[in-house]
Amino acid sequence: MSVAAPARTPLQQSIGTARPDTARARRHPSAGGTVVYVILTLLAIFAVGPIVLFFFNALKSTSDYATSSLGLPRTWLWSNFATAWTQANMGAGLLNSTLIVLGTVALTCVVASLAAYAMARLEIRGSSGFMTYLLIASSLPTQMFLVPLFYMWARAGLYDSRLGLVLIYTGLFSPFATLLLRSFMIGLPREMEEAARVDGANEWRVFSQVVLPNMLPGILTIALTTALSAYNEFLFAVTMIQTSGKMPLSTTFFSFQQGFTQNYPLISAAGFIMIAPMLILFLILQRRFISGLASSGMGGM
Amino acid sequence: MGWVFMLPLVIVNLFVVLIPSVLSIVYSFTDWSGISTRARFVGLQNYTTLFRDPEFVQGLLHNILWTVFFLIVPMAMGLFGAFALSRIRRFRLLFRTLYFIPYIVASVVNASIWRSILDPDSGVGSLLHINPLGDTHLALWSVAFVNNWAWWGFLVVVFLAAMQGIDPALYEAAQMDGASPFRQFFSITLPGIRPTFAFLGLMTIIWSFLAFDYVYILTQGGPAGSTDLLSTVLYRDAFSNLQAGYSSAIGVVMALISTLVVTVYLVVRRVRKWEI
Repeated sequence: MSVAAPARTPLQQSIGTARPDTARARRHPSAGGTVVYVILTLLAIFAVGPIVLFFFNALKSTSDYATSSLGLPRTWLWSNFATAWTQANMGAGLLNSTLIVLGTVALTCVVASLAAYAMARLEIRGSSGFMTYLLIASSLPTQMFLVPLFYMWARAGLYDSRLGLVLIYTGLFSPFATLLLRSFMIGLPREMEEAARVDGANEWRVFSQVVLPNMLPGILTIALTTALSAYNEFLFAVTMIQTSGKMPLSTTFFSFQQGFTQNYPLISAAGFIMIAPMLILFLILQRRFISGLASSGMGGM
Repeated sequence: MGWVFMLPLVIVNLFVVLIPSVLSIVYSFTDWSGISTRARFVGLQNYTTLFRDPEFVQGLLHNILWTVFFLIVPMAMGLFGAFALSRIRRFRLLFRTLYFIPYIVASVVNASIWRSILDPDSGVGSLLHINPLGDTHLALWSVAFVNNWAWWGFLVVVFLAAMQGIDPALYEAAQMDGASPFRQFFSITLPGIRPTFAFLGLMTIIWSFLAFDYVYILTQGGPAGSTDLLSTVLYRDAFSNLQAGYSSAIGVVMALISTLVVTVYLVVRRVRKWEI
């Protein structure tokens, strides 16, 4: 996964600077370079500026926000976060999101690693056809099966249930996770597995004691991408969960901002509480996040 | 034996994706309301009604405009950002991280961020004397703009990864020949990342037909249907208008459109002998 690798090693850089001067002179590095950095900085402001402004708005009083919604807060009202936490019921939302995300991640990892192992290592008839099916299944419009799924889940008692949502997310995210893990597994050496088989280990032992430990980096990647998708998901969350006490953060926040409180600083504070855990997780583990989402070019708008 | 390992995936996929998809096709030939216990077989009636339904036709048109927007704006921003990042030494990782951050912000929160910025009374809207989300001529593009804000940085990251796979010797040779960065982009970079470019073009079309969150959260399809997409028309028909059969037909048409797009892509790929 070239994404995670540093762009150039020091050795390559020193080779790069050792090019003949004629080539360097034609590049006009200073003028062109500055323009590029200015544009890149403007794009960075476009990307992060709205989030910074959102954070500032979370700290304003309502009158402060009414007079300047695009400026700095006059007084920094940190208490807005505590007020939003209780008024928007963010505690319950965070608990539900945690349960739903952990459930989805655990199930998806189990389902995907078993299937990826079978597809990468065990000679199965029809495996390539099944892979094509997974590719199609993971790009099928969710709207196509949303309506029947809703009525199936209602009949099975899985409507308005966190377990029901976990099962849907596992179904939605496991094809992509399986394909990603399978390509990760193909890159792993087979020797240790063969040795274990020669020693008389059965497939389950080979999988659980030899393959699984080697797969951990790949599993961590799919765990992160699955966690992000499940945490941010909106369409199924808003369709399948009705009771406010069971709602994950996405719909808890949605009903708060749709509700009678048109107190924008509090809405901002609640929104910031929702994105903070993912921002922190991303900043700590960004290489793994980026390699997981980008190496495949999959992810969805 | 191997199929035992596949079984959990097969079962969960069967219940969440395959069975509902097949049911969707079945329902699309009925007048089922969703809550009633009886459904009458009506043949192709739902499908013939679709193309005379102004909401459906308008939604389809908006989806096409949406696709055009997403094939141009984020693609151009993503290619530009990645190409510029691939040519600088300092701060590359920092810029990449900053561009990617909006992608991890949940759509509900993102919509809330921009609702305030675009507000006609207090935000940028008041400075420019426009109402970006409330004006029927602007609303669709405003929603697309908000969705793009969260999206283009993802393309930068994917394109950058692909560009880093290009042999640096090609650029060095081009520089020796005095080729401008503009020239280098079109004769080395773009051909070098063609599989990624084609794949993301394909996925952009498919995802554009699935777009839902931002419209539903920001405008609910309004004002006056000016931001309605197929997905929001389907959602309203299914859960507010209680026309489960009819909305299933919309879902089937959406699936047919993405199947058609994928098929065209696969045929072109085979004819042109691309490698991915």
